[in-house]
Amino acid sequence: MTKVVVAMSGGVDSSVAAALLVEQGYDVTGMMLRLWSEPGKEDLNRCCTPDSMAMARRVAAKLDIPFYVVDAKETFRQTVVQYFLDGYAAGLTPNPCLVCNRQIRWTFLLERALALGADFLATGHYARVVPDEQGRVKLLRAVDEGKDQSYVLHVLTQEKLRRALFPLGKYHKSEVRQKAEAMGLPVYKRPDSQDLCFLAGEDYRAFLRRHAPETNLPGDIVNRKGELQGRHSGLANYTIGQRKGLGLRSPVPLYVLSKDASTNTLIVGEIHELGAGRLLAGEVNWISGLAPTEAFRAKVKIRYTAQAAEAEVRPLDNGRQAEVRFDSPQRDITAGQSAVFYVGEEVVGGGTILSSFV
Amino acid sequence: MEHVYLDYAATTPVDARVLEAMLPFFTASFGNPSSVHRYGQRAEAALEAARESVAACLRCRPEEVIFTSCGSESDNLALRGAAQAVFEQTGRRQILTSRAEHHAVSKTAEQLAAHYGFQLTWLEVDTYGMVRPETVEKAIGEQTALVSVMLANNEIGTLNPVREIADICHRRGALFHTDAVQGAAYLPLDVDGLGADLVSLGGHKFYGPKGVGALYVRKGTPLLPHLTGGGQEFGLRAGTSNVPYIVGFAEALRLAVQERQARIQGLRPLRDRIIGRVLEEIPDSCLTGHPEQRLPNHASFVFKDADGNLLLQLLDAAGFACSSGSACKTGNPEPSEVLMALGLSRDWALGSLRVTLGKDITPEQIDDFLEILPSLVEKARQLK
Repeated sequence: MTKVVVAMSGGVDSSVAAALLVEQGYDVTGMMLRLWSEPGKEDLNRCCTPDSMAMARRVAAKLDIPFYVVDAKETFRQTVVQYFLDGYAAGLTPNPCLVCNRQIRWTFLLERALALGADFLATGHYARVVPDEQGRVKLLRAVDEGKDQSYVLHVLTQEKLRRALFPLGKYHKSEVRQKAEAMGLPVYKRPDSQDLCFLAGEDYRAFLRRHAPETNLPGDIVNRKGELQGRHSGLANYTIGQRKGLGLRSPVPLYVLSKDASTNTLIVGEIHELGAGRLLAGEVNWISGLAPTEAFRAKVKIRYTAQAAEAEVRPLDNGRQAEVRFDSPQRDITAGQSAVFYVGEEVVGGGTILSSFV
Repeated sequence: MEHVYLDYAATTPVDARVLEAMLPFFTASFGNPSSVHRYGQRAEAALEAARESVAACLRCRPEEVIFTSCGSESDNLALRGAAQAVFEQTGRRQILTSRAEHHAVSKTAEQLAAHYGFQLTWLEVDTYGMVRPETVEKAIGEQTALVSVMLANNEIGTLNPVREIADICHRRGALFHTDAVQGAAYLPLDVDGLGADLVSLGGHKFYGPKGVGALYVRKGTPLLPHLTGGGQEFGLRAGTSNVPYIVGFAEALRLAVQERQARIQGLRPLRDRIIGRVLEEIPDSCLTGHPEQRLPNHASFVFKDADGNLLLQLLDAAGFACSSGSACKTGNPEPSEVLMALGLSRDWALGSLRVTLGKDITPEQIDDFLEILPSLVEKARQLK
């Protein structure tokens, strides 16, 4: 019997994923990660509150599958939280969820699943994996485009994708909710949230003030010509494209264009300066494991919630980097976020945005 | 896959004979023992027969047996009830106990100290988790109201010299309580032999049901009830008597005493085989608790630099249900206080394993277990 470990969170999606796997006849075991929170805030970590843990346990009991909680606090702090802090210290806007997926879910948890004798690790992500003709695994967008989470999975290699099951990829969210009700799963209606779990509901800037005070050093606000426009309260407190709250006296609205951590300056400009036609991405992961040798047409997403935009993607440095040329300029391209390349419904790869150009 | 239960110290299944004895008292003989009518009389007769049966096992008088809802409640009644009553009579306010006790004792003692004006002194344990009589001798004084030392340790299996400790207490005018919840299945319970004034028992550790326990209270021992209401249990524990469970408790205890020698003879060789082979075959392994003065069904270890919680998950996936010191289901592992009290460092204490046997275990199951354990300990080390 094929054995699957399913990563459970107590929420609707992973609960239904577990139920579907049981229905499909797999030998299913539930696992839940205990992630790091600041001391004293353990009960508020969105991913593993005592409530969600109790809920996951109830779902597992209902499905009559074994359920184990795995302690990942220390490794989460060392990898994910540190990446978040280092990113802001470097003037970037990091996406720690990508690192969590790669290092925690698909390395740390996968190792433990395999140690338990599992053949596959499943999650409640909305995405699909299908084998191709060459014996490799393709990563596809979810059928429900509104819920598609393939963006956060672009960091996975073939080795990991071969072990991956995403039971929800072919369903719409509404069907998943119906299934949860039909199966009588005791899942609570937790609103979908974009917040980082370890912030425990707090604003990320307050967290940074405590853990990376160097991200809160005041500095100059300048325009592209280097002319002083005002003072900022710390680079981490601003996002690319931000207009409100800059405290500038200017006859025309000014927007955050970029950050320069080496001089601790915030660069602002007018709305027409916001767009960029090109970006450079580094640490590119190609899902097939093989970097393309030639430029290709793709739709590119520059952040989790962005609309994919038409572009040409040109591999550089043997595929370690890639240059993306958009058909029309894009607003708010943010260094530290990932650019992910889609051809049709397939994710072919993606990398961390290093810089953007007009 | 066959699943093998090796966690009899956590709880045991109800013996079929016990269940059979209980069943009539849910339906046909459901009366309240306090009622005047014949339904009540029948239930009262069963309750008092159970009390007499328990008294025979403990070699005490029936009126010295108080039924409670569990071992923890018995511990609470003993500590709270005796400490407060002694204080009222004598003004003594010191409690002596050790950090190796079950939380039902240690947390209760801590609360009595934090909120009720008692003074708590921790008794040191030796590297086997044993409270030495000379330790009690040194700590006890004119102010000591109550000393509590368990008969057998649930986590590490070590037996304590309770008789010697009881004698010291009585020479110095203090009361002595022993938590015999874990020891009752395998140790003599003759209360005069134990020398204790108060003895806690819990039904589900010896093939009785969960949700029922007892406290032996030596005649004349001052005790303030902490559950007040109707006059049940000689006014020491109010609440409608849980007749079917009390009947089950009594029958399970009777069988445990009657079959004790046979059970011990079946389990001790298996326990020794586990201890011998683990220490021989698994590098950086160490027995916790006393090598000889320990429960005959109890083997407990620590493995250096192994993730004990993960080891339990691996064992469960392989079909063996065991336990560790910290009993952590929330992925928030903290080393057990008992193991830390033995002087173990964190890198050892976090890698603990407890294997406890019961009457349905076969030698073949133990061989299968011992066959797979070394490789799983190795995995639990690699993934740490």
